[in-house]
Amino acid sequence: MEVPVGEHLRLNIYDSTMVDSQRCWQLSRWKYRWVNILDLIFMTPQWWIARGAGNCLDGSTVFFITIYIVFCLYIRALQTSLSQTGGYNLPPCHIVNLCGFHILFDCPLDLSALTIFSPISTGLYEKLDDQTFSSNLHPEIKKTSLLPAEPFYKTVERLHLWNVSLIDVVLISSPMGMLGLPFLTRAQGFSAKIYATEVTAKLGQLMMEDLVANHMEFKQFYGSRETSLFQLFKQETLPPALKEVVLGKDGTELGSWFPLYSAADVKDCLQKVESLKYAEEACYNGTLIIKALSSGLEIGSCNWNLKGPKRNISYISGSVFSSGTAMDFDFHALLGSDALIYSDFASWNGATCFEDENSSSIVPVDCSTKSDDAYMLNFDESSDEMEKLNFICSCSMSSVEAGGSVLIPIGRLGIILQLLELFALHIESSGIKVPIFMISSVAEELLAYTCIIPEWLCKERQEKLYSGKPVFAHEELIKEKKIHVFPTLGSHELLMIWQEPCIVVCPHWSLRLGPVVHLLHRWHGDPNALLVLEEGVDPDLALSPFKPVAMKVLECSFVSGIKLEKVPQLLKMLQPKLILLTLSKLKSKELTISRLKGKLFVDQGKHYLVADKIDDVLKDEAFDAVGGDCGTGAEVEGGGRELVVEGEEIWEVEGGGVDGQMGGLSLWEPLKYVQKVGAGVGDGEEVVGDVGRMID
Amino acid sequence: MNGKRIMFDCGMHMGYADHRRYPDFSRISKSGDFDNVLSCIIITHFHLDHIGALPYFTEVCGYNGPIYMTYPTKALAPLMLDDYRKVMVGRGEEQQFTNENILNCMKKVTAVDIKQTVQVDKDLLIRPYYAGHVLGAAMFYATMGDAAMVYTGDYNMTPDRHLGAAQIDRLHLDLLITESTYGKTIRDSKYAREREFLKAVHNCVANGGKVLIPTFALGRAQELCILLDDYWERMNLKVPIYFSSGLTIQANLYYKVLISWTSQKVKDTYATRNAFNFKNVQSFERSLIHAPGPCVLFATPGMLSGGFSLEVFKHWAPCESNLITLPGYCVAGTVGHKLSDKTTKVDVDKDTQIDVRCKIHRLSFSPHTDEKGIMDLVKFLSPKNVILVHGEIKNMDYLKGRIESELGLQCYYPSNNETVTFPTTHFVKADASASFIRSSLTPNFKFVKDVTTETAPVQVLDERVTQGILTMEKGQKLKILHEDEVLTITGTEHIEV
Repeated sequence: MEVPVGEHLRLNIYDSTMVDSQRCWQLSRWKYRWVNILDLIFMTPQWWIARGAGNCLDGSTVFFITIYIVFCLYIRALQTSLSQTGGYNLPPCHIVNLCGFHILFDCPLDLSALTIFSPISTGLYEKLDDQTFSSNLHPEIKKTSLLPAEPFYKTVERLHLWNVSLIDVVLISSPMGMLGLPFLTRAQGFSAKIYATEVTAKLGQLMMEDLVANHMEFKQFYGSRETSLFQLFKQETLPPALKEVVLGKDGTELGSWFPLYSAADVKDCLQKVESLKYAEEACYNGTLIIKALSSGLEIGSCNWNLKGPKRNISYISGSVFSSGTAMDFDFHALLGSDALIYSDFASWNGATCFEDENSSSIVPVDCSTKSDDAYMLNFDESSDEMEKLNFICSCSMSSVEAGGSVLIPIGRLGIILQLLELFALHIESSGIKVPIFMISSVAEELLAYTCIIPEWLCKERQEKLYSGKPVFAHEELIKEKKIHVFPTLGSHELLMIWQEPCIVVCPHWSLRLGPVVHLLHRWHGDPNALLVLEEGVDPDLALSPFKPVAMKVLECSFVSGIKLEKVPQLLKMLQPKLILLTLSKLKSKELTISRLKGKLFVDQGKHYLVADKIDDVLKDEAFDAVGGDCGTGAEVEGGGRELVVEGEEIWEVEGGGVDGQMGGLSLWEPLKYVQKVGAGVGDGEEVVGDVGRMID
Repeated sequence: MNGKRIMFDCGMHMGYADHRRYPDFSRISKSGDFDNVLSCIIITHFHLDHIGALPYFTEVCGYNGPIYMTYPTKALAPLMLDDYRKVMVGRGEEQQFTNENILNCMKKVTAVDIKQTVQVDKDLLIRPYYAGHVLGAAMFYATMGDAAMVYTGDYNMTPDRHLGAAQIDRLHLDLLITESTYGKTIRDSKYAREREFLKAVHNCVANGGKVLIPTFALGRAQELCILLDDYWERMNLKVPIYFSSGLTIQANLYYKVLISWTSQKVKDTYATRNAFNFKNVQSFERSLIHAPGPCVLFATPGMLSGGFSLEVFKHWAPCESNLITLPGYCVAGTVGHKLSDKTTKVDVDKDTQIDVRCKIHRLSFSPHTDEKGIMDLVKFLSPKNVILVHGEIKNMDYLKGRIESELGLQCYYPSNNETVTFPTTHFVKADASASFIRSSLTPNFKFVKDVTTETAPVQVLDERVTQGILTMEKGQKLKILHEDEVLTITGTEHIEV
């Protein structure tokens, strides 16, 4: 395969999520009135469609969706203009108030921000680089302008504005969503209960341990820190592109930088995590029944279903309908929930596949409530993914044939496991003997761990278990000495058997941490070498300390969420009464997050939000509406900043098309009642007591 | 249960070779239309007395409904069934199902994880809990509407070397069906028993004898093997340990993958050295039966009811220096049962009689819970009713007495084909009015002044007792109202009495 030398090659043909500039533009053009709290957008579907966004919905959906209130909440956006992050490596993070409990979904770490620090280097490389350094693409990013210091880590922007003691429950949906957790758990007053699936907790632990181990290298290089954060980010010395990473667009993100946690913090954090199995019912405080459901994104990653005394809400994080490793997307338990928080926008991230409007005829539109697996199979994406992986393999093989090595700094476990298997196949068929090295402080444990979790894998892998074959091929390959696993580059055994060309799989995709730095220093000048990059980091910035880059760079995106055009079908199938979309893409720069106390109620087809204490008559009305069958008691809150309300007391919300029986939406106080109103004799019994556990 | 039927376990009797070994399926449905009569089948673990008849039921009788079992059970059951099928064929009996039947049957099975809550149909919900008996053994919790029950299958309340103890949440149950194999025994410390076993084995091999350990391929074999492997390493013994069949070695592969179903201690070894990677264990060749020198052999089946273990037994039993261990429980009619009666002459089959001169050691490790364990579980769950199964009648009678007198619970032990019925919980849903809720939420202060002693401080009582009136109107839902509301509805005035 021909790969242009020195060019950044994008996998466009294989990437079905090409940029659809038109759609993006439409999205950002949506006008909405923000009500509150979190720029709640109340729009009726007719209006939505009239705005032109409807062309992603097919005709019958339009009819169906009219009974939804779609209201979008914006909690925080971690978008930096430099990096197209979000997606897999940076899952969204929300706080939802349900039945009076504050529930935090995910607590990630923005590791793409690491790219502003310069990786450690040795004098030898430095000399070489200085002579040849030039940057034609981003002239403002000079290698020297990267911060030569022990890095700080960027957490969720507005989370630290919260009083951590107010958070009652933390739900972790994927290992990536766990990386920021030790910051939270070590904070004073933190007392929330943390739930994660068993595998997420374990993988998260390994990733955090690896991060801490890699950070040690920095520490050894720079010595212990003497500069403070503010000295470090002396703003005048920073080029604008970096400044934006540091401060965010509106200059508010400086407060979210922290020095890394220690290994003890990680250990401490994990002790606080309650691990669950898929579909295990955990009862929080006797009130909320929390269930983790397979999301298909990664082994062990999950969506959530929360059941209060009267209503249940579902939370969809990044999901993939069927993957080559993880268990398939489990939609049965998400069916018919009262409210659905949809926060899978990985594929909405500025890149959406342009599909012509006839697409609805390809996918059968079936409005019947009984959804079957056959219907879902239309969503099959794994063959696409397989094709991508095969492409990577064949590119790698041609590099190897040319005498260059292949460097794969990818963090996604599922992808790595599949790649290892494919590489073995490709190597075998090509007849070249190339060693595969996997270098990471936790690689050995990681690979061993993947062999003992068959319950969490996809059907095909489980079939292998039943027929007595190993679930992943790597176990055999290690035994056959085709894959070599080492904790560090400096291991004695590694140096003994090291040979080039070779294929190296290692962390970390930011190209700042771990063995990848040394290997890049070694190979960046080799035009035959190949670097496989994962989407999510700006390649120019990431590669800037290694310029000039003669090696080939293959940037590829893997499926990390439900594609936009499939969302309406999915939502239609799940039939929630209410959908909450978390549209960080709709963020406009002037918005200020505010907290607003008030009540929202429906009167004659219009929503009113009353900001102040309201008189009793209104109160009763609102109350009754909430007590009705269709009212939904999900309360959503955003960032922790002070209220900015522009003078008015009563906000009129656009809600003309709202069906009368939707009842009211309670934003603030009546929630306590909501749960009690419905609690009859029967329900009352269920609430009593926490679940005891019998331990021998 | 509330009109639904669940079949818990579909086993067979090991002692019989005729039609009596299978349950009488015609009692479920005379017409053979099992799919509509049964909501689902739940298999608790892979022992033959719990799963043996499943392929027969699904493939021969034609049941096509859902079947649930845990992941390890699904993985290991085919091995178990196929082994049994081979033994049957080996004994020259007509086979009841083929290997293909077994595979087809397993395809119909839905695998579940511990505590994974499965909605079988609209009303029926099941959830397995860890039972510890063998790898993948589970107790099943089932609810149907408001009625709830637990079927334990076999379980073990004390952790052993490779499995943890049973674990269950405190549930509100109408019914608990528990096994009672050891309904009348309380076992002493496990360590003493282990030491005894190791001493017996060590003495035997030190004197050059051969040790035959008839076990089932799965479960005990791994447990004892971990024990022996550990001991061999500590004592630096070089005597070979053999596994008789590829089955056990195959099973070890499964155990390695399914290590997360074992106990915490074993689980933690996965990264460094999987505990099921035995160092001193080799597979056994038939020619080694007469090889000189000491050895330890694990052979199937466990109760010497036929197959390879019986064959080896015939050769090794007459020699005095050899040792044979017997499992704690042997079904009547097997050679193992005869041996445990301390007879020296055993009729193996019609024409052979064997003079047993070797030493016999009774293993008392059983993965079943003992009397204390059963009592603990019953006390912990405090169900409204208890049914005892899977035990001898006199034990169950004794246990029934204890449960009824000490815990005050209804207890039954129905014999085969007997039906027990009892009422279940049913919640009535009622709408509560707003003022009722408010009145039960707000503190209900009462100021009581003691008239006689005026100096005493005012007493404040806060009796937050929920008072309400339940109203029933024709064609409407039940309502709970506050006193005052009823007054307005009925149009009467409040009269203080």
